[in-house]
Amino acid sequence: MAKSFILITGRTTKQGRTIHLGKEAKEYVDEVSSLEMNPADMEALQVKDGDRVRLRTDHGSSVVRCKKGTVPPGLLFIAYGQFVNALVGPDTQGTGMPNTKGFEVEVEKDDSG
Amino acid sequence: MAESIRISGGRVYDPLNGLDGVVKDLCVEDGKIVQECRGPTEVIDATNLVILPGGVDIHTHIASPAVNTARGLRPEDHRLLCCPRKPGLRSGVGFTVPSTFTTGYLYAQLGYTTVMEAATPPIGTRHTHEELNDIPMVDKGCYLLMGNNEFILQYLKSGDLEKIKRYVAWLLHSLKGFGLKLVNPGGVEQWKYGKDVEGLDEKVNHFDVTPRQILQALTWVNEELGLPHSIHIHANRLGVPGNYQVTLETMRALEGKRVHMAHVQFHSYGGEDYVSFTSKAKEMADYINRHPNVTVDVGQVVFGDATTITADGPWQYRLHKLTKNKWYNQDVEVETGSGIVPYTYREKNYVNALQWAIGLETFLLIKDPWRVFLSTDHPNGGPFFYYPWIIKLLMDAEFRSQMVKRVHKRVLSHTILPQLSREYSLYEIAIITRAGPARALGLRNKGHLGPGADADIAIYAEAKDKEEMFERAAYVLKDGQIVVREGEVVQSVMGRTIFADVPGDDDLVTELRDQFEKYYTVEIGNFPVPLEDLPFHQAVPTGRPA
Amino acid sequence: MTVAKEMRVVKDVTCPFCGVTCDDLEVHVEDGKIRDVKNACVLGKDTFLHHLEGLATPRIDGKPASIEACIEAAADILARAKYPLIYGLDSTELHAHRKAIELADLIGANIDHTSSVCHAPSLQAVQTVGIPTCTVGEVKNRADLVIFWGANPAEAHPRHATRYSVTVKGMFTPQGRKDRTVIHVDVRRTPTSRMADTFLQIKPHSDYEIFSTLTALVNGHDLDIAEVGGVPLQEWRDLVEVMKGAKFGILYWGMGLTMTRGKYLNVVAVLRLCQELNRFTKFLGAPLRGHGNVVGMAQVLTWQTGFPFAVNMSRGYPRFNPGEFSVADLLGRGEVDAALIIAADAIGNFPAKAAQHLKSIPLIAVDPKESETTKAAQVVIPAAQAAVAAEGVAYRMDHIPLPLKKVVDSPYPSDREILERIIARVLAKRPDDGANRAAPLPRG
Repeated sequence: MAKSFILITGRTTKQGRTIHLGKEAKEYVDEVSSLEMNPADMEALQVKDGDRVRLRTDHGSSVVRCKKGTVPPGLLFIAYGQFVNALVGPDTQGTGMPNTKGFEVEVEKDDSG
Repeated sequence: MAESIRISGGRVYDPLNGLDGVVKDLCVEDGKIVQECRGPTEVIDATNLVILPGGVDIHTHIASPAVNTARGLRPEDHRLLCCPRKPGLRSGVGFTVPSTFTTGYLYAQLGYTTVMEAATPPIGTRHTHEELNDIPMVDKGCYLLMGNNEFILQYLKSGDLEKIKRYVAWLLHSLKGFGLKLVNPGGVEQWKYGKDVEGLDEKVNHFDVTPRQILQALTWVNEELGLPHSIHIHANRLGVPGNYQVTLETMRALEGKRVHMAHVQFHSYGGEDYVSFTSKAKEMADYINRHPNVTVDVGQVVFGDATTITADGPWQYRLHKLTKNKWYNQDVEVETGSGIVPYTYREKNYVNALQWAIGLETFLLIKDPWRVFLSTDHPNGGPFFYYPWIIKLLMDAEFRSQMVKRVHKRVLSHTILPQLSREYSLYEIAIITRAGPARALGLRNKGHLGPGADADIAIYAEAKDKEEMFERAAYVLKDGQIVVREGEVVQSVMGRTIFADVPGDDDLVTELRDQFEKYYTVEIGNFPVPLEDLPFHQAVPTGRPA
Repeated sequence: MTVAKEMRVVKDVTCPFCGVTCDDLEVHVEDGKIRDVKNACVLGKDTFLHHLEGLATPRIDGKPASIEACIEAAADILARAKYPLIYGLDSTELHAHRKAIELADLIGANIDHTSSVCHAPSLQAVQTVGIPTCTVGEVKNRADLVIFWGANPAEAHPRHATRYSVTVKGMFTPQGRKDRTVIHVDVRRTPTSRMADTFLQIKPHSDYEIFSTLTALVNGHDLDIAEVGGVPLQEWRDLVEVMKGAKFGILYWGMGLTMTRGKYLNVVAVLRLCQELNRFTKFLGAPLRGHGNVVGMAQVLTWQTGFPFAVNMSRGYPRFNPGEFSVADLLGRGEVDAALIIAADAIGNFPAKAAQHLKSIPLIAVDPKESETTKAAQVVIPAAQAAVAAEGVAYRMDHIPLPLKKVVDSPYPSDREILERIIARVLAKRPDDGANRAAPLPRG
């Protein structure tokens, strides 16, 4: 069952450091595919630390791993990278800036292995 | 392209060599004016054409962190003038703050060949030089802002004039500056507290020194260093009704010393507010006429769009509150500030119309053309490409009186312009736009057409309408190359960056290191601009004249 | 070329990674390899230490090729394109910027850079109302109130706090941290919140409402509402008192304002607030400009074309229109028919649809390192990394320019040289544009 959340993205120190290893490097991929969730939200979705979840918007979907974080309920955080880019649409409302932060995503546990 | 050119049969106006419309040939070789033409020569037939030295703009704002910010701030300004690229020429935009290539081409079309950027903050001067490097067609230099420099204020507080002198020299040397600029001395430091200064004897917070002390100390330094140009001053209280008192006091404080008062029109106001606003151009001209140590540029207002760009932070805030136009402000660590507000001068606005009249009164009342120079404080008073319109106003009393009748009616009873029938001659125009500024700048090879001068030459077709005449030069030569024909740029050339040749001071660097660490946010080793960053440059000698 | 065998220490090195643009790095080089970096944060240190990792190789259609051949292929693609795009440029330096714009002018391209998807809304907002701002040294010397809003400098600008804004000691802030009140406002707690005296957690997309509220309160209006943005009104009243009571306040904002609903309008609102506060005290604002030399590209683009980003040259003169010529829209609508991506990983950073379009057109990538973009490009030209293996000039977040040193050698040419060579090859294919290329230099 998918639930709706607001997804925030941004830089993290780890993402900034591992970027120098190349975007195929495990450390980088691990960092930018790590989704910070509120523990209560994780419980409601029946996911544990390290479980895979699928994020979906009208523009695409990504499978990422969740981890317990300090985000408030209803919010998710993931570092800048290809996993969040897949979810962002091209519309900029004429401003040139896509809707990169704070958009709605559907989240559900991913058992596809 | 021939190495030597003969310009034949033109009427030469060369005030520095006393030539007032003499028909004579000019010879150009290897970028210089020479006595005689040797070797194969291209000939320009200048019959019925008028020949002047290339224009010298002593005060304009064409490149600096603030200028570029103004440019980026006003996309709406650029839609008013589009300049498509041509083979060998770069595209660009106007209008009040044109892009760099366009700036160079527009100046060249007017016949200008040397321009001085009037204000750059030391920490931003690397930027200014890079931006200047992208302005083709003209030789250029820049004045370094020092009147609110906290290191200088500190040394002044301790009475260490020698230290100030060494520090100013180091700044000019490291940053390849040409001159020493003061903007609202003391006032911009006060603006860091949201305040300004009202008079010359008000103390600046923390440093406890006064504008008078700053003015006198830095004027002394300017002369001690034997800089080619005098100290260049944007006085306190710019734009404020009643400010003429402070302007007069400023000049009195520096009596007997070489002084250049910038855009003096903006400093010649009487009255207490913008309703009781009056002209004090006569009082200003009377003083200037009696004191040969003073040179001025007028800062003439041109009706239409302008962009105000100055280091005068508090003034710019005031203008923002008056106009409610968008307002940019940047306070610069240790050194100064800056402010930008778009503005439009309207004929039917009493204050603007009187400002316009005050500028003209200034031109017409100052008797010695060698000490009053044409400027609009571009783009503060209006864009530089309206200089020809101003020339027409000065040369054609009839045109002037028509304009006076067009503007706000109330101006008639507040200006003596209708009584001033003086008309500038072509010789005098050549002085206020070329010979005079070159002399005041101490540039021996500019502003004249004698042997040894740089072959920077402007050739115009004589026309009854002087605006038409000066708008499009028939030919312009830069360093002996024909760069403009029939008002169109035909060849892009790079000009030189001119700076004052002041010796370095490694010992001072050691002494400054600690202060840099404490108060700046850049390493002192990264502060200077290396000579390699100025691919084409010319160092002008300094030191006390013999 | 000979690789130096001794240990060299290069001082006063400027770091290219983020907008803090520290210029006090000390880089230790041995045998042409960087061994150690002093004074840098982890992001800067890694930038220099990993200078030999993940390097790009020159290739055409996936096969190794000489630099010369790659440049020829690139020039060919660009000379033929009807609506090309030149993009990226945040990780390179001033002279390369000049050349990129010259190339755009020559081929009538669209030219845009990473600010477009970063702080362009801030630039647009400044174009709308202006901004009261200052250089970072003013914050160091005077700020007694520092607010971080929708930004996470602790992770994105690690040394900002110690060099400019929080713990640093200055002329009127001799006690450093003790002389300052630090406030963090954001939708979630981050390491930046730990730096602050107060953290205000707000609801996403509520910034515009909040700034409007604060401006109303600053102007003495009171509001009949219980909360704004999930925070009780009284806390906003308290914040206004703190702001008005500061001697020198500064508000730094980040992507939390530019990337969320309202975009540039959020920034207009915060700028107006800062401007209003100047009626009571010294109050300034500044965007935390992020990556590399974004400011520098905007500076050069502005002085050469009049506009700071999203510039189009296809009519032969510069035009500016965010939403029309900005990269996200050009690619999202599939309008561009060839692209030169230089010193940025466009494909790795764009929304999927935009990245897809880039993969579908002739694509040239110029980059020191392999990236999503180099993987997809027809032509890959490796460059010497600016600030590491190529010298130049870069700009700090507050528009102050700093010199970049060449610390180590690279077998590859600099961005500047690559662009110069592409321009030369494009001109060779278009002799009519070649007039005046040999303009003589001034004499004496």
